[in-house]
Amino acid sequence: MMGIITAISTWLIPSFLLIVLLTASWKKIPTYEVFVEGGKEGVKLAFSLLPFLVGMLVSISILRSSGALEALINLISPFLIAIGIPPEIVPLGLVRPISGNAALGVTTELIATHGPDSFIGRLASTMQGSTDTTLYILTVYFGAVGIKRMRYAVKVGLLADLIGIIASIIIVTLVFG
Amino acid sequence: MVNLIWAFMAIVGIVYAMFNGTMEEVNKALFESANEAVKLSIGLISILVFWLGIMKVAEEAGILKILTKVMRPVVVRIFPEIPKDHPALGYILSNFTANIFGLGNAATPLGIKAMEQMKELSGSDTASRSMITFLAINTAGITIIPTTVIAIRMQYDSASPTEIVGTTIVATGISLVCALLLDRLFYYQSIRRKE
Repeated sequence: MMGIITAISTWLIPSFLLIVLLTASWKKIPTYEVFVEGGKEGVKLAFSLLPFLVGMLVSISILRSSGALEALINLISPFLIAIGIPPEIVPLGLVRPISGNAALGVTTELIATHGPDSFIGRLASTMQGSTDTTLYILTVYFGAVGIKRMRYAVKVGLLADLIGIIASIIIVTLVFG
Repeated sequence: MVNLIWAFMAIVGIVYAMFNGTMEEVNKALFESANEAVKLSIGLISILVFWLGIMKVAEEAGILKILTKVMRPVVVRIFPEIPKDHPALGYILSNFTANIFGLGNAATPLGIKAMEQMKELSGSDTASRSMITFLAINTAGITIIPTTVIAIRMQYDSASPTEIVGTTIVATGISLVCALLLDRLFYYQSIRRKE
């Protein structure tokens, strides 16, 4: 089971690439030109992420280097460890439903500090990829069409985030733990 | 909310450093981390350019359309309130397809179109059942390939940057199924309360 998940992880992207290029060539699409055109978007995207990353990384680094983060983690870790949650992941769990770019900053910081192949690094990667920014989505979509009463939408979104975080912890522990 | 958290982290850090005698470390970390963030953003360009380029080719090759066709029968069942040939379904499907491939920028306008269509169906400024189901799926996330995360892992010399794709898919799947179940649960609860 775990071997299959790791195998899917390594095969998925190259296989997808193969299918895309075969289909596109068969349909006589100018693959290279289209690729370049789409790639330009990537440059824009990376630069638009820059201020978000600078802001978040600086703020977290202040909290960490002052020693405040460590003190806070020491304070709450007995409770978290008792229920199986690594305390380092708490800031990410809090920010994830609120802002995607901010969460990306937190994930980056965790990967930089603990290493991408550490347990925390893998958990942060999985958590970042496995759920979307609930409050942002609700604001944008409901705001765009002028919905004033959101009813149970917020409840569903946030509970699903919580479940996603718990599911990430369990699956990463099972596969890489 | 994110403004509060962001400012709060820095404020707590600086105040704590005053009493903890770590101001020198804070001062150093401040500039180092800003520098690191810039280096990182530049490093991200490689995979973002590559992936968005490939996705553009996939789109032109009609692969997104094929996926939309495959998903249609399932989506019709998830949204029982939308008539089968209503344009809202088409937009919902294209939004899901764009999300699956991590095309966030393409997904948002399609999603807003879907919301407009659903609003026409309900004709009120209260969220309809279909709208909430649609957003539940969007907030749970349906991305299969987390491009940006893979890019960051590459930047920090991961031995296997893509090894988290599998765990991400499983975690996404679980949160998606739970979001749909919760959505149904709260919907039936809200009907019962009205009766």
